[in-house]
Amino acid sequence: MPQRARILERAAKLRGYFEQAGARPVETPVLQPAETLLDLYGEDIRARAYVTSDAVRGEQMLRPDFTVPVVQMHMAHGAEPARYTYSGEVFRRQEHDPDRDNEYIQVGYEVFDRTDPAAADAEVFTLIAKALSGLHLRATTGDIGLLLAAVTGLETTAARKAALMRHIWRPRRFRALLERYSGRSPVPPARAALLAASDPMAGAGPVIGLRSRAEVLARIEALRADAAAPPISEREISALETLLAVRETLPFALEHLRDVAVDLPQITPALDRLEARITALAARGVDVDNLEFEASYGRTSMEYYDGFVFGFYAAARADLPPVATGGRYDALTRALGDGGEIPAVGGVLRPGLMLTLEEARA
Amino acid sequence: MSVKLGVPSKGRLMDKTFDWFEKRGIRLSRTGSDREYSGAVDGIDGISLVLLSAGEIPRELAAGRIHLGVTGTDLVHEKLPRWEQQVEEIAPLGFGQADLILAVPSCWADVDTLDDLDAAAAAFRARHGFRVRIATKYHRLVRDFLTDAGVADYQLVDSQGATEGTVKNETAEAIADITSTGETLRANHLKLLSDGLVLRSQATLWRSRGAACDAGEKQALAALLKRVDG
Repeated sequence: MPQRARILERAAKLRGYFEQAGARPVETPVLQPAETLLDLYGEDIRARAYVTSDAVRGEQMLRPDFTVPVVQMHMAHGAEPARYTYSGEVFRRQEHDPDRDNEYIQVGYEVFDRTDPAAADAEVFTLIAKALSGLHLRATTGDIGLLLAAVTGLETTAARKAALMRHIWRPRRFRALLERYSGRSPVPPARAALLAASDPMAGAGPVIGLRSRAEVLARIEALRADAAAPPISEREISALETLLAVRETLPFALEHLRDVAVDLPQITPALDRLEARITALAARGVDVDNLEFEASYGRTSMEYYDGFVFGFYAAARADLPPVATGGRYDALTRALGDGGEIPAVGGVLRPGLMLTLEEARA
Repeated sequence: MSVKLGVPSKGRLMDKTFDWFEKRGIRLSRTGSDREYSGAVDGIDGISLVLLSAGEIPRELAAGRIHLGVTGTDLVHEKLPRWEQQVEEIAPLGFGQADLILAVPSCWADVDTLDDLDAAAAAFRARHGFRVRIATKYHRLVRDFLTDAGVADYQLVDSQGATEGTVKNETAEAIADITSTGETLRANHLKLLSDGLVLRSQATLWRSRGAACDAGEKQALAALLKRVDG
């Protein structure tokens, strides 16, 4: 474990590097209102972030990352376009893996720019790749936007699409929903009985609690409508499965995905964006022919990325978390923007891990 | 020094624990007045009895301040992250059975599974503007269970007692609590989810992985383990 002073020194250097690239340095409070993070991530965030409280401000969290406060700051009074850099501690509970740090320094670079998203993606990726050069890390990229587009365009009911969208970042639940909507998994007996009942509320007892009888009946109506809807076609399901399994170098991945688009034409605009990104990366000197692309990458991380995603890993040190990660989070600016929105992309590095790897090589 | 055995300091759990050891020829007893938490051990050498609240036993085991302890599976799993690394299960004692379960109002005719709960929670949040509240004192166990099942749009609210009443009082929409019979649930117009069993718990004898043992203590521990195994 490198000394803290050395980590801070490296962090300052990285921040200076991002300032050179045109970013304005910003600071954010360590304590974040818990409500914002809970609204975004749900109860799961409590397993990952430290919660504290006082009698006046209520629950607060030690910032688990910078992205949310930086987006809030930009949406409140940022000029456009904007580039920001920051460095400081983030805090993560590690109860399932005590060997991982629960407090570490992150340095980040975030771009809020409407003009050319592909160029902005390439800018963030190449700046971070350059800062890491010499460490011989393995880079992986992905694009959550493809899956979002594929689901949005499925030939099925709006309710099913909404349910699938809600669980994009929970792969297991997503799969279970797909199995059901495609008719592959049988209707559970209790569900079948409920749908067959002439009075589904018979024997349900008195109505207690805030969820009203009308809400229960509305959901039963929704279940009936769902049962009457035709299954999602085998053609769409298998195309979706092929899409999720794509894992090869960028040019082959693109070619493969263009084939998938024959059955899922709705992903074509997202593929055009992917192609534009490949061109933009190549223009900045990235060896795209050898850059990995994994269509499922980023689905199990914090659920705010909705487009380009990437990570840098030490191939020989599978025990270490990624040294850098990032991606596009346009939807987050919408969620926090109070009516406003702006395309945004960014990434973070961990100077402590960089030093660990350098020391191991020395 | 002697091997420290932690046992719940009162009630049915203490009595049944005493009975269980008695059957194996080890007589545990409280000494002094009823208010004094000290005990005696007969029938085996080198063991001393420590009377503690059942809720404190997991922490004492993890800290290595007691070598052995009797407490519920629920408490060990809830209070000790990665409990397998901190304690070892020696023997389930066959009493104190209780299941940690998820329950919703019986009037939720549309909800039978976690899948239903998840869908109902999404609709509830859209309608009421906040996430479905689940009252419990087992925060870690319930959260891990729901994360694993992919349930979203809920929040846990703390309830240290009378949890079954929270739905009627409109401070929660659902509950996660220990139930031994299910009668309290029915009396409060609640029903179990068919896949809502979070944990099956019973009183269990645990060994601390972190408690230091000198040669004498090792011997006493081995003797005791042999007796309870047989």
